[in-house]
Amino acid sequence: MIGAQIKRLTHEQLQEAAKMLQTSGGRMQFAYAWSPTGREPEVRYVTSNSKQADFEIWIVSDARELPSLAPTLPLLSWYEREMMDLQGVQFTGHPEPYPLILRPNDSTHINGSGDGSHPPSNGRPHLPDIDASDVQQLPFGPVRADVLESAEFTFFYVGEHIIHYQPRLFFKHRGMEMCFEGADPRRATVVAERVSAVGSLGHALAYCGAIEAAAGCEVPVRAKALRVLLAELERLYNHLHYLGHLCHTTTLKVGEAQGKLLEETAKQLNARLTGSRFLRNVLAPGGLRRDLDPGRWLGDALENLREEFVAYVNRLENSESHLDRLMTTGLLPEKIAFDQGATGPIERASGLDRDLRRDHPYALYADLPLTVPTLKDGDAYARERVRIAEVEAAFVLCQRILLLLESGPIHADCVPPPLSEGLGWAEGPRGSLFYAVHVGADGRLARVKIKSPSFSNWRAFPFTVHDTNMMDYAINEASFGLTMAGCDR
Amino acid sequence: MALWTLFGLASGKATTSWPREAGKDGQDGVLGMPRYNPDACQEGCEECAAVCPTQAIEAREGALAVDYGRCIVCQLCTEVCPTGAMESSADWAFGVRDRTDLVWSDSGARNPVASHADRRPFRRSLHIRHVDAGSCNGCESELQALNNPYYNLHRLGIFFTPSPRFADLLLVTGPVTSAMYEPLKAAYDAMPEPRWVMAVGTCAVSGGIAGGNYACGHGLEGILPVDLYLPGCPPNPAAIMEALLMFLDRAPQRVKGGQIGG
Ligand code: SF4
Repeated sequence: MIGAQIKRLTHEQLQEAAKMLQTSGGRMQFAYAWSPTGREPEVRYVTSNSKQADFEIWIVSDARELPSLAPTLPLLSWYEREMMDLQGVQFTGHPEPYPLILRPNDSTHINGSGDGSHPPSNGRPHLPDIDASDVQQLPFGPVRADVLESAEFTFFYVGEHIIHYQPRLFFKHRGMEMCFEGADPRRATVVAERVSAVGSLGHALAYCGAIEAAAGCEVPVRAKALRVLLAELERLYNHLHYLGHLCHTTTLKVGEAQGKLLEETAKQLNARLTGSRFLRNVLAPGGLRRDLDPGRWLGDALENLREEFVAYVNRLENSESHLDRLMTTGLLPEKIAFDQGATGPIERASGLDRDLRRDHPYALYADLPLTVPTLKDGDAYARERVRIAEVEAAFVLCQRILLLLESGPIHADCVPPPLSEGLGWAEGPRGSLFYAVHVGADGRLARVKIKSPSFSNWRAFPFTVHDTNMMDYAINEASFGLTMAGCDR
Repeated sequence: MALWTLFGLASGKATTSWPREAGKDGQDGVLGMPRYNPDACQEGCEECAAVCPTQAIEAREGALAVDYGRCIVCQLCTEVCPTGAMESSADWAFGVRDRTDLVWSDSGARNPVASHADRRPFRRSLHIRHVDAGSCNGCESELQALNNPYYNLHRLGIFFTPSPRFADLLLVTGPVTSAMYEPLKAAYDAMPEPRWVMAVGTCAVSGGIAGGNYACGHGLEGILPVDLYLPGCPPNPAAIMEALLMFLDRAPQRVKGGQIGG
């Protein structure tokens, strides 16, 4: 497969392979199950190591029941639970064998369960039994104050001190992976773009990459360059929003207003360039759906935005009340970040130097001056600084693309043959995004797996909350910059 | 912090003069719903209906049935249409009171719009409770933008409130996932009378891409009575503001029979 090497493993070899991966410092990226027509489910593990650009995919067939690898590779815990819920694969010896996505009695059988006639059972999640009268339990959500995405959090606390924190996610599970099934692969980018709006471009890019790998098609240079431009514009408006929202939680009012104003400016540039504030409806397998004309105006507008951004960051760096709230807040140690699979700016703020744009280059990234900022501290302040450095790097990349951009074709034919498969990826604003696609005998999509960055980071986040205090919670959550839609899918 | 105060003062006002002054709505270049020109439509073509991911366009007895309440603004139809019968446009101000006004009809204006005397007291003070019933977060991103300095929704006397008990309007996004069905109903039940419901985004209007699969319903259809529909994917901040002002009888409804100014 383009971009990946295949390795077939028996059930017995699986645990050994996991241990080898762990000791060699390699990384488990994600795992999923699918059922080739007429056969038992197959489980696939996508792994990488620092020495090679290709991913390595382990395939285990006849996978009705497998040993759980979560005791060795904790980040697999959620992937295995998801497979138990949605594909009916059993994992023996799983440390947390509870439903993750579906409530008890739910099924993936199409039943129109949201029409009111089948209210969901809404069973309680697994919560620890805490038998101490001074420990209070605070459930919060799924409908929270402000305009926020739905999720429920339970805090066990004494006074200000949080003893245990348990998020309950997947209220927003929409069955997005299933929405691809039966679709024409050339058109389904519009589905990928609607998994998580603030990651539309990254999702489109990873989806298109997977289809292009399956079809073996080569994307024209101009389309590759414009894809980098769009991907960096996505990083820009997301990180600007992040800074505004972080100021909201540290109650820096003017800082919040300014961050959100800069975000609005960036979104308006997106619309002027592509017709969509979220950079939607532009990508297709094989390139772009239509050509874009950044003319001179985009470079000028980005330079103005950059100047305002630099002044903004200077003021943030001189605001003690803001910095005091960030420093030492929400510590994520490097080991936990690695073991739980944290990704993107979160892992890079905890000392892990990884970035798909550099380590597994796609689009035109291999030819560009890419800097990957990392810090060791692992606190909210480090997460803020990594994002600030990424904004600066994004401005540089955009200007470089505008300078290099040459006219030429923007689309190549891209039709994946029946029974083909492909892997695509992108480093979105929140971290690593993967799409694995399988094309059926009829040439239509048979299975699409989405690995979103927030699914990974939500797994790591609770470790930074236990044993901290209530006052810091909102700041810590904002410093992670998580989404629910991407995680829940 | 003198630093921020001085900066704030020196920066002056960032808020747009729209809608008082036309034009400056901040949506330059934004593509809206595809415009349907039946005269240009070629008989027997049906390319657009085949490509539409949400069945917003259906071929029925040789004619097209176009329902903007189902459109996710993906622009695929405008690209496959050989004659410009489906044409990209900037028509995003698609807020309507009556669901049937989202369905294209050649008779255009036929609903004389009733005035809503009971909404009078709310015209300059409307409180909204938002519930995310399974969106892709595009609608949330644009709703959050309403409070940025550019749109500054407060200036119009419209506010978001944390508790449904203080809310006049329940603003719902998303196709209504099975897990959000009960919390959504609970939020509605907690609201005092009179209360209204607004469906924001195509998912909340009719289900969108995921509508009707194992995890989702068809938006608010059959779940809550809806007083205000605003399809879009997502509707931009100006579209949301216009729809709210229209609901309060402070702006006209622009779409009738699926056509702007029809
Ligand atoms: S723009 Fe709307 S009507 Fe046209 S194909 Fe997309 S969803 Fe269907």
